[in-house]
Amino acid sequence: MADCEETLRELYRFLDGEVPAEQQHLISHHLDGCMDCLQAFDFHAELRMVIRVKARETEVPAGLLDKIRACFGEDAAPDRADDPA
Amino acid sequence: MADRSAFEGLALEHMPALYSAALRMTRNPSDAEDLVQETYLKAYRSFASFTEGTNLKAWLYRILTNTYINSYRAKQRRPIESDLDDVEDLYLYRRIGALEHVAASRSAEDQLMDVFSEGEVRSALEQLPDAFRMPVYLADVDGFSYKEIAEILEIPIGTVMSRLHRGRKAMQKALYEFAIEQGLVDRPADVSEPEPTRSHG
Repeated sequence: MADCEETLRELYRFLDGEVPAEQQHLISHHLDGCMDCLQAFDFHAELRMVIRVKARETEVPAGLLDKIRACFGEDAAPDRADDPA
Repeated sequence: MADRSAFEGLALEHMPALYSAALRMTRNPSDAEDLVQETYLKAYRSFASFTEGTNLKAWLYRILTNTYINSYRAKQRRPIESDLDDVEDLYLYRRIGALEHVAASRSAEDQLMDVFSEGEVRSALEQLPDAFRMPVYLADVDGFSYKEIAEILEIPIGTVMSRLHRGRKAMQKALYEFAIEQGLVDRPADVSEPEPTRSHG
């Protein structure tokens, strides 16, 4: 069974989903019985979520998609020179 | 990849995510637009080199970050932070985690979400030097794995992990500053600013 120090050392790797299954099991088992570590994990899981939600830009400038499509079109133009469309 | 129109469709699905990443990197909407356009143009021209079955999103991010590093990073504002060594792990948690309205109890899942505004989180992220900001953004916002981040940024996995570690610490430090500014916690006595003197009046 993992102790608090080992558990906290792996906190972010655990939250990032980067610890091997076996170790993940040991950490989960420790968290089941240790309120202090569980609270630290909860805090960081929530912090990660706060960053994910608030740092992401949800609005894309109007017209950007069209500008990109237009670049694609221009770039492809020579191939389609004799396309009747 | 079968043809260009199929590529267009698949690649453009990732545009909103790429624009968001570009904006957090350049910190400027007009640069971000240019960066995304340039990324797609390069991707379009080299899509033949993209191997079908590999990760299209990661491939696009790799073009984006490469383009950013080569064309936009000249504006780099500050060197790598050197004062992070005394920022311990669990820095923010130890300082605000125990506050009643922050405590991450199961019944109050949204509370930390209410503490920091969008502007504060973005500012904390944008203050990070590029070397830290990119891995933190890729991991925390886009949920890329360490291996994917290593491929996108073309650095070893060990470097990804150490930059993430330091970048997250720096972010926690910046968020702690905002918590102080909000009056959520008192500024520690040893770093408080001296009382303004009244003698100059």
